[in-house]
Amino acid sequence: MARTLMKGNEALSEAAIRAGLKAFYGYPITPQNEIPAYMAEHLPLRGGVYLQAESEVAAINMVYGAAGAGVRVMTSSSSPGISLKQEGISYIAAGQLPCVIVNVVRNGPGLGGIQPAQGDYFQAVKGGGHGDYRLIVLAPGNVQEMADLTTLAFDLADKWRNPVMVLSDGILGQMMEPVEFAENGEPKQFDKPWATTGAVNRKPNVVNTLDIIADKAEKNMQALLAKYEKIKEEEVRWQEVGTEDADVILVGYGTSGRVARSAMEMARKEGLKVGLFRPITLWPFPEERLCELAKPERQFIAVEMSAGQMIEDVRLAVNGISPVYLSNRLGGMVPTPEDVLAKTREILEGRVN
Amino acid sequence: MQTVFQKPEALTDVAMHYCPGCTHGIIHRLVAEAIDSLGIREQAIGIASVGCSVFAYDYFNCDMQQAAHGRAPAVATGVKRVRPENIVFTYQGDGDLASIGMAEIVHAAARSENITVIFVNNAIYGMTSGQMAPTTLLGQKTATSPRGRTVEEMGYPIKMCELLATLEGPAYLSRVSTHDSRHVLQAGRAIKKAFEVQQQKKGFAMVEVLSTCSVNWGMTPVNALQWMEENMVPYYPLGVYRDVTAKEGN
Amino acid sequence: MPRGEVIVNSELCKECSLCVAACPHGVLGIGKAINSKGYHSVEAVAPEKCTGCTLCAVMCPDVVLTIKRRSPERK
Ligand SMILES: Cc1ncc(C[n+]2csc(CCOP(=O)(O)OP(=O)(O)O)c2C)c(N)n1
Ligand code: SF4
Ligand code: SF4
Repeated sequence: MARTLMKGNEALSEAAIRAGLKAFYGYPITPQNEIPAYMAEHLPLRGGVYLQAESEVAAINMVYGAAGAGVRVMTSSSSPGISLKQEGISYIAAGQLPCVIVNVVRNGPGLGGIQPAQGDYFQAVKGGGHGDYRLIVLAPGNVQEMADLTTLAFDLADKWRNPVMVLSDGILGQMMEPVEFAENGEPKQFDKPWATTGAVNRKPNVVNTLDIIADKAEKNMQALLAKYEKIKEEEVRWQEVGTEDADVILVGYGTSGRVARSAMEMARKEGLKVGLFRPITLWPFPEERLCELAKPERQFIAVEMSAGQMIEDVRLAVNGISPVYLSNRLGGMVPTPEDVLAKTREILEGRVN
Repeated sequence: MQTVFQKPEALTDVAMHYCPGCTHGIIHRLVAEAIDSLGIREQAIGIASVGCSVFAYDYFNCDMQQAAHGRAPAVATGVKRVRPENIVFTYQGDGDLASIGMAEIVHAAARSENITVIFVNNAIYGMTSGQMAPTTLLGQKTATSPRGRTVEEMGYPIKMCELLATLEGPAYLSRVSTHDSRHVLQAGRAIKKAFEVQQQKKGFAMVEVLSTCSVNWGMTPVNALQWMEENMVPYYPLGVYRDVTAKEGN
Repeated sequence: MPRGEVIVNSELCKECSLCVAACPHGVLGIGKAINSKGYHSVEAVAPEKCTGCTLCAVMCPDVVLTIKRRSPERK
């Protein structure tokens, strides 16, 4: 298929339908409204179900039901709505149900605003809902990745029987870029013998998250944690540019990853040895690779649209070997490459302590 | 001699955990009998809720999902929309359905979601040991209304059948009781009807079943049945609140 | 010969007495034996009076009772 110009949110939606999406359950909130609109327009005509739920709470529980019934299902929302979904996400993770959740992050806390932000990082990668669980979190950095990582999200969800979050923001959602969809469009198929489809010629299947016998519950938790360890081994993804000789490595994902890349290119033109490290999976976080890159004479800058959230994971990864600084904007403000470059110079000149 | 009464196939052999005399057990059996008599066990997908009936997934001999507190109608919607040929039912208590899950039940009814809802109204929160429910009667003492429910402090009990009957969506709404064998048999017919309505793709069907919680009401199981008849039935009148099949002269 | 017969799965009985109250003929009573859950299971104290009407089983919350009848009830 030829490259077509699409908005990020539309590319994501189209990719989801091509991945064999059977149901989309959502609730309106800016800045993700293009996704349900695209779904309402196209999904019912292409063999799926679109339903506007009465709330994000209901929407995520509809996702639970459909995922438990064995079909590919997704929901999308933005920060305040994602907060409401946390209970359901915890149940979905506990029930080991595959589904895709899109968060087009806006600034917060509270009602916040509708400007792009990354303040939901902790919520996405550290849990968010109750209990010991993990989401696989994918962070696209351009419109092509909005599509590709959505396809990947469905495959990873089915492969690991785990909810997958695509963490985006209003800039990536609204941005128009050329995008190309794979020619051999057949989605990957996964057997789901555990799904509730009606107990025909088999014992009943039960989708359950209740565990009241402590030693059994502990064993189940250990099995869940073992799964998370395997995901860490197999699914870490990142992009690296100019890190070999770098004195400073900029770390950023999504929109701030784009800003960091521009800053890096400007710095290189000035002859400064600056590299880019862009995590694509935020969980599992590419901590091993960051640790390999760490050395005492090398410095890191976390570029964020949040108050210093991802920087904690960078610091954990480099484990005290390298200093890590923060270059960020808040409240829906987007850092400019110039801001980041200025911070980089300060650090190189030793003006930051 | 011929067997005229035995355990329905749609119940598993797992012994139920309910307190002695708890009518949850009767209602489980009625649901299972309805499933058997319609021959839909292999099509059925049940949604257990949070309350004393949370272990319903161990008792019904069909595919089951266990939903978060109050969310069973949303979970059922999620299932039914992608598997319209399956028979999907929820089994919910009054705290679950009429308090925390009020939005989900009202909207499922308004959309006329083609599901069957079994609503067990025992006027109390059983599982969490006897707190006031949205359906607790005026004057009724519970752990969190120790001097009895008053209008001034806690407002009025909610009548779900009447409330949902204000909507266009529901196809079948009925309130039944379990206080004696005649009413249990009647309840069984209503539950069967609520599944038939789904089979006929008529839309949302709910049966509200008045039920006892002798332990938390603080009485013997036999006295609880009598208390239910004398106190709950007058406040929650039994009967059919909606039946679209009747309109069609069916 | 009684018209009906109540078969009690004693292990499941919880001694709630709903069946005892439901039987119109006083067939059932709480017995002396204790089951593994610690309940005195119900038993047929006057089996000869059983008509096989099933009303006790209809009221039993724990599906303890199976009922047999001599000939199908006339409708
Ligand atoms: C979100 C959430 N809040 C509270 C609870 C605690 N909880 C468990 S059961 C229950 C009430 C159940 O009462 P009801 O629905 O009337 O069912 P019953 O136990 O009486 O059959 C509550 C409040 C919970 N599990 N989840
Ligand atoms: S607490 Fe009440 S509702 Fe729960 S099992 Fe016991 S009697 Fe039944
Ligand atoms: S109703 Fe059932 S559980 Fe209760 S006493 Fe009779 S047989 Fe036992």
